[in-house]
Amino acid sequence: MLLDVRDLRVEFRTRDGVAHAVNGVNLSVDAGETLAVLGESGSGKSVTAQAVMGILDSPPGRVTGGEILFKGRDLLGLKEEERRRIRGAEMAMIFQDALSSLNPVLTVGAQLAEMFTVHRGMSRKDARARAVELMDRVRIPAARERVDDYPHQFSGGMRQRIMIAMAMALEPSLIIADEPTTALDVTVQAQVMDLLAELQRELDMGLVLITHDLGVVADVADRIAVMYAGRIVESAPVHDLYKAPAHPYTRGLLASIPRLDQKGRELYAIKGLPPSLTDIPPGCPFNPRCPMVRDTPCRTEVPPLFEVAADRGSACFFWEECLHG
Amino acid sequence: MAEPILQVRGLVKHYPLTQGILFRKQVGAVKAVDGVDLELGRGETLGVVGESGCGKSTLARLLVSLERPTEGSILFKGEDVTRLSGRALKAVRRNIQMVFQDPYTSLNPRMTVGDIIGEPFDIHPEVAPKGDRRRKVQELLDVVGLNPEYVNRYPHQFSGGQRQRIGIARGLALRPEVIVADEPVSALDVSVQAQVINLLDRLQGEFGLSYVFIAHDLSIVRHISDRVGVMYLGRIVEIGSDEEIYDHPTHPYTQALLSAVPVPDPEARRHRERIILTGDVPSPANPPSGCRFRTRCWKARERCALEVPLLAVPAAFRYAEGPAAHDSACHFAEEKQVVPPEGGTGPGAPPAKGDPGPGEPPAEGGGATRLT
Ligand SMILES: Nc1ncnc2c1ncn2[C@@H]1O[C@H](COP(=O)(O)OP(=O)(O)OP(=O)(O)O)[C@@H](O)[C@H]1O
Ligand SMILES: Nc1ncnc2c1ncn2[C@@H]1O[C@H](COP(=O)(O)OP(=O)(O)OP(=O)(O)O)[C@@H](O)[C@H]1O
Ligand code: SF4
Ligand code: SF4
Ligand SMILES: [Mg+2]
Ligand SMILES: [Mg+2]
Repeated sequence: MLLDVRDLRVEFRTRDGVAHAVNGVNLSVDAGETLAVLGESGSGKSVTAQAVMGILDSPPGRVTGGEILFKGRDLLGLKEEERRRIRGAEMAMIFQDALSSLNPVLTVGAQLAEMFTVHRGMSRKDARARAVELMDRVRIPAARERVDDYPHQFSGGMRQRIMIAMAMALEPSLIIADEPTTALDVTVQAQVMDLLAELQRELDMGLVLITHDLGVVADVADRIAVMYAGRIVESAPVHDLYKAPAHPYTRGLLASIPRLDQKGRELYAIKGLPPSLTDIPPGCPFNPRCPMVRDTPCRTEVPPLFEVAADRGSACFFWEECLHG
Repeated sequence: MAEPILQVRGLVKHYPLTQGILFRKQVGAVKAVDGVDLELGRGETLGVVGESGCGKSTLARLLVSLERPTEGSILFKGEDVTRLSGRALKAVRRNIQMVFQDPYTSLNPRMTVGDIIGEPFDIHPEVAPKGDRRRKVQELLDVVGLNPEYVNRYPHQFSGGQRQRIGIARGLALRPEVIVADEPVSALDVSVQAQVINLLDRLQGEFGLSYVFIAHDLSIVRHISDRVGVMYLGRIVEIGSDEEIYDHPTHPYTQALLSAVPVPDPEARRHRERIILTGDVPSPANPPSGCRFRTRCWKARERCALEVPLLAVPAAFRYAEGPAAHDSACHFAEEKQVVPPEGGTGPGAPPAKGDPGPGEPPAEGGGATRLT
């Protein structure tokens, strides 16, 4: 297993109290595999990714428990210096908003070349040549002429491709992409996802794709982990999950999206709102919105991740009923 | 189509591009909307889709008379709104209201919800006399599914979906006949999106509203619209019934757009042909000659650079009956099925047991296929 996150817990100490952003997350990704992490705003997707990368905003954020095994080593036990070496060279991250994560006062060529001079000790000239090569690889037209342009001189789609180039530069074994196409138009989104999938295949990387778009998940992922209030509530191979969800939340989500190939009538709507992370309800965090809720055990006990099949889990006491119902 | 309530002809909005500090000189124009024709039937929903910057919001602002067009006309029940001023304009404006995209910034944070929803009454006091306002506002809150007791709360005390409901209540305050909704659910989470879409649906029936529904999400637009117009660089390139556009598109841009939409069904992945466009959308200040899509079109030929394709039923389909015979602005229009036909494996049906939530029963055979 390339990445194996076990019982990860992260909290933020804020003025309004302690926000329990991640509450025992389990995830794993193999080389060459794409795991989609799906969840609504505030469910803890980005915080999980930041904890894995070691770039958590701390304070106020703090990992309070769990393990992050990367190639068998627990990253949480490593010194910051060691983690910094792993970041970029062995695991890299792509963010939603390329403009704010690229340095606005450096040319894209300089930023790409820096990866090679710092991590690989290359000469400036060689590094620059590699930068042009990379830009070519992510299909920036006229890469040689544009290597000295600044980030704001590129379109949104091109900037996102430059971010991908940057993440790929050192051929890491794991990439975490946090909503890499959310800010882009559909036709550009398709270009970017296509490129990402192609490079992943070529380099046999593990890819963790964070998204709230069920469509993107179905298009590219092998497995999917659904997050709700800082927990994984369902984890399954994509096909199985779409065919027959084993958690009422997943089921509601699937039913509530309009479809391109069908003219629906009324949409199913999950009632209510996601809980505040400073005030997660006791028992199953989904219980106030769940159509299948029963007072016991749902309102008193936290459901663990039940084994639905060898490679499937659901954090619902009544997963069988949900699966077959 | 039903009797038209809005008719738009040759609508143009150019924003001047100026240079110089002391003497501002016009050096060009952003052609945000550049020759749009469309009709909205009474009680109908017209969806407008297109990528960022194609002019959707500009079109919306023109339709509700927030801005004046550079050229063209907007007929509301036969009367040209663009020529009206003063009281006559005010009367028409009352009838065409807008709901904005962003529930986070479109509401004034220092006003109470009651003041926000009641604000249109200041401009049109005839609709609600002073003493009657509070009751009217509470009625509106109730209509959009919010607790009428909330009149004295501030926007930050509400969630995104609730704020969007406040925006809708405000749009309804003057009892308009037409609502122009600019990306009303784009900022919302999936589970909350469905609540707002269902609300819009219900209100349409209840008040006999006509909608112009603008969005970049093609699945949502199909769900809510009777007819759909596709925009590219300031123009409508294809327009027709939802079936004509989604199942029988003839314009290459529509085909590319539809094929790029991720479909939440892994089975469909295998049956789909993806058209991946190269290049970016050109600047609306300097659109390509002839067909504006030609710089990204895989079918472009010489004629495309020379001649502007008009929005009409293409010659190839003019004498044919059937869904391919609808308006499409392409010299070489051809049918191409890009959305896999329905009936494959659908997502799981909504939870059947227990309480599905007030007034929101799961769709029967609608958005979801039943499991066996
Ligand atoms: N820097 C921070 N300071 C305080 N709280 C934070 C911080 N970052 C995240 N949080 C808390 O963690 C929760 C989860 O945030 P996270 O960014 O992981 O959500 P997400 O699932 O990525 O949502 P989105 O889809 O909106 O990006 C937030 O609701 C917030 O309460
Ligand atoms: N007031 C203005 N002055 C100058 N240019 C403008 C103005 N308003 C819009 N534009 C330009 O007109 C074009 C169309 O903008 P518009 O906001 O209508 O697009 P849109 O389709 O709504 O895009 P989005 O999906 O991003 O909301 C854009 O290029 C925009 O920059
Ligand atoms: S454990 Fe109970 S409340 Fe939670 S999802 Fe399952 S049925 Fe619903
Ligand atoms: S007119 Fe030409 S360039 Fe335009 S869409 Fe048709 S084939 Fe493509
Ligand atoms: Mg996030
Ligand atoms: Mg807009």
